[in-house]
Amino acid sequence: MAEYALRINNISKSFPGVKALDDVSFDIKKGELHGLVGENGAGKSTLIKILSGVYSTDLGSFELNGVPVTVDTPLEAQQLGISVVHQELKLVESLTVKENIFLGRPFKGKMGIDWQKLRDEAVNLINRLNISLDPDELVSNLSVAQKQIVEICKALSYNADIIIMDEPSATLTEKELETLFSILHELKAQNITIIYISHRLEEIFKLADTVTILRDGKHIDTLPVNQVDREKLISLMVGRTLGMEYPKRKVEIGEPVLEVKNLNRKGVLHDVSFTLHRGEILGFAGLVGAGRTEVARAIFGADRGVTGEILLNGKTYSPKNVSFAVSNGIGLIPEDRKEQGLVLDMMVKENISMANFKSIMSSVFLMPKKEESIAHKFIDALHIATPDAERQVKYLSGGNQQKVVIGKWLNAESDILIIDEPTRGIDVGAKAEIYSLMCDLAEEGKAIIMISSDMPELLGVCDRIMVMHDGRITGELMAEEATQEKILEYAIM
Amino acid sequence: MATSRTAGKTRGSAQGAGALRRIKRFFDDYSIIYAVLILIVILSIASPDFLSLKNFTNVFRQISMIAILTIGMFFVMVGGGIDISCGATVGLTGVLFAMFMVNYGMHPVPAFILTVLAGVLIGTINGTLVTRFGIPAMIATLGTQSISRGFTYVITGAYPISGIPESVSFLGRGYVLGLEWLPWPVFIVAILAIIAHYMAQRTRFGRSVYAVGGNPEAAYLSGIKDKRIQIISYIALGALSAISGMILTSRLASGQPNGGLTWEFEAVTAAVIGGVSITGGRGRVFGALLGAILIGLLTNGMTLIGMESYPQQMVKGIVLVLAIGFDIYSINKKSKN
Repeated sequence: MAEYALRINNISKSFPGVKALDDVSFDIKKGELHGLVGENGAGKSTLIKILSGVYSTDLGSFELNGVPVTVDTPLEAQQLGISVVHQELKLVESLTVKENIFLGRPFKGKMGIDWQKLRDEAVNLINRLNISLDPDELVSNLSVAQKQIVEICKALSYNADIIIMDEPSATLTEKELETLFSILHELKAQNITIIYISHRLEEIFKLADTVTILRDGKHIDTLPVNQVDREKLISLMVGRTLGMEYPKRKVEIGEPVLEVKNLNRKGVLHDVSFTLHRGEILGFAGLVGAGRTEVARAIFGADRGVTGEILLNGKTYSPKNVSFAVSNGIGLIPEDRKEQGLVLDMMVKENISMANFKSIMSSVFLMPKKEESIAHKFIDALHIATPDAERQVKYLSGGNQQKVVIGKWLNAESDILIIDEPTRGIDVGAKAEIYSLMCDLAEEGKAIIMISSDMPELLGVCDRIMVMHDGRITGELMAEEATQEKILEYAIM
Repeated sequence: MATSRTAGKTRGSAQGAGALRRIKRFFDDYSIIYAVLILIVILSIASPDFLSLKNFTNVFRQISMIAILTIGMFFVMVGGGIDISCGATVGLTGVLFAMFMVNYGMHPVPAFILTVLAGVLIGTINGTLVTRFGIPAMIATLGTQSISRGFTYVITGAYPISGIPESVSFLGRGYVLGLEWLPWPVFIVAILAIIAHYMAQRTRFGRSVYAVGGNPEAAYLSGIKDKRIQIISYIALGALSAISGMILTSRLASGQPNGGLTWEFEAVTAAVIGGVSITGGRGRVFGALLGAILIGLLTNGMTLIGMESYPQQMVKGIVLVLAIGFDIYSINKKSKN
């Protein structure tokens, strides 16, 4: 028997203008959990798409269990036992768990579909993972984590012996993560090989046996996890040693700028009260669905049916709509950049000017020259990596897209910035830049609310942390006293 | 020294690249120009009558009313909507214009104003149904299309309204300053297109339309009043439909209850083959206008080579499906990269 589940030999793949993969070779042992890390654009996704038959290779080959194979279509990949659990889950929401698992492959009985067998097989698969999930539940009623489990069952139903997981943890809460980890252990125990892609390095250290680092389309190294530490791994990923990951600076905390009293929204927010000061970075911790984003949207005038009192710089402020909030100096950097923060088809300069047309207008008309110069001002100030201001933002990396959104609010002269998940899906190098940018802004006297599910980030950047659970504020911690354990305690109380 | 030379060189090439990029972007925006030119060449060869000033003036005048609709459709579609009631609006407003003058003895100027207001009203209803009540644009305007057309038949008994005062005949049949190559409708299209182009490219409203069509959520969360922007675009189309309807009435010297029948189809086709994306957020006014011209040339060419009107309709349908297919194909291709 071959020792390797998968050997990747000299794979290269080019797209117009980019060499996405450049002579990549490494081996994946049978039954191991193999971490795959690298910054955005390092070539992880391309490699996954090649393995799963979405893209073809320009050069190079694979060996599956010691046998050379070609994978030309996703179906072939599945038949060879390679399954992918995608970041964006691909399930039919209106069907049940069992139907989704065997989608397109119903068991034929005498009278149409053999539902009993379908259900039994689904239960078998779910049991293999040693968790509980109702096979008759509609997928639309499931949480993201449960949907992932359905995807994993689906992969197992194809007799997959290699499962590729693309950022499975990105949208999971801490508790759900525990479940995912236990499932992964179960899979490993059943000698299934897992390729695990994640931006969260702590998971790699916790779960992986071996880790492969890609950078700029090149294979940098493949190492047993116990031979590498966090700092080393990061430096291999970015190709240089980073300074402090969290560049927290001491900023003088000023007067209150935003006082929120008894914010309520039926079934969503209950008596939320807090105060935000000039120069402060105030963190909001909590599980997904705790109401953090809803607090942000309430302050930003984006939702209806909100009651309570808000004082902005000491004056009553009732945000009746978003444009009212914007003109009062509040900016929201939403959690989903692509869906909520940017118009992807528009250029960098158009996105930057979008929240403040006045800044590029002379009486009636938009002035292209003004727009250009404002865009360049922020491209320079925020170090946005783009060939020019006319580049459509969809072509920028996640970190640079996030900077464009920040630039939009700086151009709108926002004094209060609400940043929801500031670094989700952003690679390590760009993360540090975003943190440092946030500190700069605090230093300049802006007040920042930072919502995050990333605990180290909350602890590393915030001056103070509010913890939410079920629409209520359940705890408040100063930076000095805050620990992951304390936050979690408040978050699940 | 070496560094300064390289720096100079990069700057030079960056400028060259900038100009190239601009040219490339121009042809990306207006790739329909190729299609128009190819069609002109083919038709010139196929029919000796095609390539003459007189024929072109004729074509432009024929498409002018649809071109006006296309300009309005441009804003609605770039904003992420669609309005298939505009053809019926043409019919209704054309008839109203005639009735105001013929049945109520109104002076053409107040009749004109009232008719435009009727178009504005229909646009407001469309926009409100779509944005405030959340009815899919296709369905909402399918409803108003039927209401408008039905109402037109009710008030006219399906008979044309004739007896239009001679003083408004210039609108459909006259020439600006008596110039044989510049019919009034063509002149009006040109003026409207220039205004629309500047509105689209250089005003807050225009930019907002692109943003709302590109990503309504992001536009809303940037402080753009997305619903208001969309309503205004439907209103603009309603008003433009009224202008189109009045030109039609003037041209035919009567208010025709069947006026504008299927013109919504022509306007959507023109916009789509002119590069306006059916998913919103992309397109150019002059692109859409070229789309209308292409449709006009195609119709004219098919007539010149002796094709009957029924197969012509089939050809136009094929053109629409191909254009949308191409649009979807290029969207998919882009999102894959």
